[in-house]
Amino acid sequence: MASVQGALLDLKRLDRLAGGDTPLHRLDPRAKVLATLVFIVCVVSFGRYEISALIPFFIFPVCLVSSGRLPARYLAAKVALVAPFAIAVGICNPLFDRTVLLHLGPLDVTGGWVSFASIVVRTALTVAAALVLTALTGFASICRALVSLGMPRTFAMQLLFLYRYLFVLAEEGGRAARARELRSFGRTGRGLASYASLLGHLLLRTWQRAERMHMAMLARGYAGTFPAAQHGSFGAREFLFVLFWSALCIILRLYNGAEILGTLVTGYLP
Amino acid sequence: MHMADALLSPAVGATMWAVSAGGVALTSARLCRERDDRLAPLMGVLGGFLFAAQMINFSIPGTGSSGHLTGGLLLAILLGPSAAFLTVASVLVVQAFFFADGGLLALGCNIFNLGVIPALLVYPLCYLRLIGPAPGPRREAAVTMSCALVAMQLGALCVVLETAASGISVLPLDKFLFLMQPIHLAIGLVEGAVTLAVVSFLRKARPELLGRGERARAASGRLALAGVLICALLVAGGLSRFASEKPDGLEWSVAKASGAPSLAERRFGLPAWLGALQKRTAWFPEYQAPAPAAVTQTGTASGKGSGVPGVVGTVVTVVLVVGAAALLRRGNRESATPEA
Amino acid sequence: MSHHILEIDHLRHVYPDGTEALREVSFSVRHGESVAVIGANGAGKSTLLAHLNGHLLPDAGEVRIGHVPVDRTNLNEARRTVGMVFQDPDDQLFMPTVYEDVAFGPMNLGLSGTELKNCVAEALRRVDAEHLAGKAPYHLSAGEKRRVAIATVLSMSPDILVMDEPTNGLDPYARRQLIGLLKEFHHSKIITSHDLDMVLEVCERTVVLSKGVVRADGPTLEIFRDEALLRECRLEKPLSMQGCPVCGPKGR
Ligand SMILES: Nc1ncnc2c1ncn2[C@@H]1O[C@H](COP(=O)(O)OP(=O)(O)O)[C@@H](O)[C@H]1O
Ligand SMILES: [Mg+2]
Repeated sequence: MASVQGALLDLKRLDRLAGGDTPLHRLDPRAKVLATLVFIVCVVSFGRYEISALIPFFIFPVCLVSSGRLPARYLAAKVALVAPFAIAVGICNPLFDRTVLLHLGPLDVTGGWVSFASIVVRTALTVAAALVLTALTGFASICRALVSLGMPRTFAMQLLFLYRYLFVLAEEGGRAARARELRSFGRTGRGLASYASLLGHLLLRTWQRAERMHMAMLARGYAGTFPAAQHGSFGAREFLFVLFWSALCIILRLYNGAEILGTLVTGYLP
Repeated sequence: MHMADALLSPAVGATMWAVSAGGVALTSARLCRERDDRLAPLMGVLGGFLFAAQMINFSIPGTGSSGHLTGGLLLAILLGPSAAFLTVASVLVVQAFFFADGGLLALGCNIFNLGVIPALLVYPLCYLRLIGPAPGPRREAAVTMSCALVAMQLGALCVVLETAASGISVLPLDKFLFLMQPIHLAIGLVEGAVTLAVVSFLRKARPELLGRGERARAASGRLALAGVLICALLVAGGLSRFASEKPDGLEWSVAKASGAPSLAERRFGLPAWLGALQKRTAWFPEYQAPAPAAVTQTGTASGKGSGVPGVVGTVVTVVLVVGAAALLRRGNRESATPEA
Repeated sequence: MSHHILEIDHLRHVYPDGTEALREVSFSVRHGESVAVIGANGAGKSTLLAHLNGHLLPDAGEVRIGHVPVDRTNLNEARRTVGMVFQDPDDQLFMPTVYEDVAFGPMNLGLSGTELKNCVAEALRRVDAEHLAGKAPYHLSAGEKRRVAIATVLSMSPDILVMDEPTNGLDPYARRQLIGLLKEFHHSKIITSHDLDMVLEVCERTVVLSKGVVRADGPTLEIFRDEALLRECRLEKPLSMQGCPVCGPKGR
């Protein structure tokens, strides 16, 4: 995460997207969570050297982005930015795996390059699916969906609280960090000692805030438990949505769509 | 050191998910029983604090690179293990959804590496044992530093093991270890120093706030036991993998445990169908041989330009996907009721 | 029987670190009355308010609501009667959406279904914030946050509205809007503030707090005319009562 402010703006933007009003946004969040999980499991279940069979899977994020009217370019940029760890580890593959797997005309492609490309494609697919899910559903709804899928209520409440105060605290932390930067002129001021005392003060303020919040909650009748929220309905539309995408993912998992297409095309060519 | 979806096999991802979900269920139930109504807002904002703290960097002396706090141990000291674990887990969930840090399948791994290890293992097993009832400043410093180090090393080790067990990356185990452990030595030292500094700051400013973690000491025995059990199971699973010649240790140990031939060898009805499905899908990426599709391609390599159908197919698919997107977009613009 | 709804009687509070925040505070509030509590920073205003719904309990003296002293046994009753709007709305708005936040109190009181819906809608309508129902608190402006925070309290239909520095950090327009809102409420109100112009418009009576004791208690206009008193308590005449340096003296 580069700068606090930038990360925060990003977060808010993604959160706003969930306020959209398309049939996809209105779909019960459980359906979207389930479909995304099936999708991700299918994608990562491919062998290390698979690329072509992964490509048809792009249909899932692409369809959701278009019919959910999400800003494709923005999401693509986000996908490109993340997952440096996977890429960093993946780039080692070409160094260690030099068996030649493919001949593309004069070009010999080693297993390492193939598996590296596969890692890149996987990253793009899984990251895109997660971001699209968030942008179509919103964090609070995802939490609720997870509760009705079996997540403990205590943890759901923790997630919602965290999400609410993320913005407040990140802003506070950002201000503190900026103040330190302004007075340290890029020198020793950014070392460990000032970092620790900055965190200490931030922690203290955080704690005081928790006490005030507790007071506010008590003032409104809080007695240790949260009232249960009402659920949406998991109707025929939701069922069809999950069925359609799960079936498609599983079919694409079993049959390499790209290769079948390719054979068809090349079969007709001389 | 967030683990990523792209490096995981479903078997490893699902195992770690199960372990972490178990941890969440266990600690949630425990907090529910404790009924401390101050804890809910406190955990929430401390999660936000951790999030903010992770976005503020400091420079590591002498290297020019920078680091940040992961905070598992710090929160365990402040809140006790259960609350700390849930707080760290919640931060990781938000990061997975909004920054795609790691990803959804890798969430299980990340919660284990950064949450279970410091809060449910290192804190009750090392920190509480070593720190004693009334530690002097030296002892506290030594214990905090070493525990932070241990937690970080274990976390890095788990990342390596999870990656190796998944088999998507071909980085040899020893080289990967050699890469990860020293880096995390430095990070662990810094983590320890920051944890120590923040705790002593708080002790000076508001000593009464530190009582919560101390009260939790008494109750953390059983948690630690559960943690040890989980780890023993995992290690056993991992070891059997490397001990066996078969690429997939999990399947191997399942077959042994059930005393039956592997599912795929039964011939009738649903099991047969499942077996066929399993063969076809190859859930566990093979270690030695390339995937079947690639093999057949190299097998016929002497004939027509091999791999051509794959490449052509990929291009055609991309064109189709982009076309579908454009159509959907247009449909969207014309009528306000698109259907996916 | 008197018609005092709230009585504060020889209240004293010492924080655990030894700070004597309230030494001896006594005053009472009648039905429908708007009372301002003013005083310098650290005079003990927030501490006083925290006693009104039993968040802090007194070291000596007592707070009576409708003649019943607030103690550990009737905290819930007190919290329902006294609606508290906090200084920082971020502390008060903790649920994912405005609607859920306003519904939090009524749900804890046992409301559900259409009853709950109506209650929330009515509270939001009264602060002119129906359009914000689906929004998340962190997407609101400061003025909107403040209005929603008031709605969360109104939804519990309290008898007394207590507000800590409500105009803090608002721009002139949002402040004006809030003042209009406060004038419309016919609740008993207790408001602390440094914004004496707002006090002048909203509250007919003012209590001046200084170092934990009541320095003065009377009609707002009378108190604001006493410049010596204000200066002594580190306060300043509201601008609307000062002569204009450009267009000549006016005074009121
Ligand atoms: N939690 C606390 N612990 C110790 N002292 C406190 C605490 N809260 C407030 N005080 C002290 O009590 C006094 C009154 O504070 P407060 O009621 O917040 O004043 P006001 O709201 O009028 O500015 C101040 O001197 C303040 O430092
Ligand atoms: Mg105050």
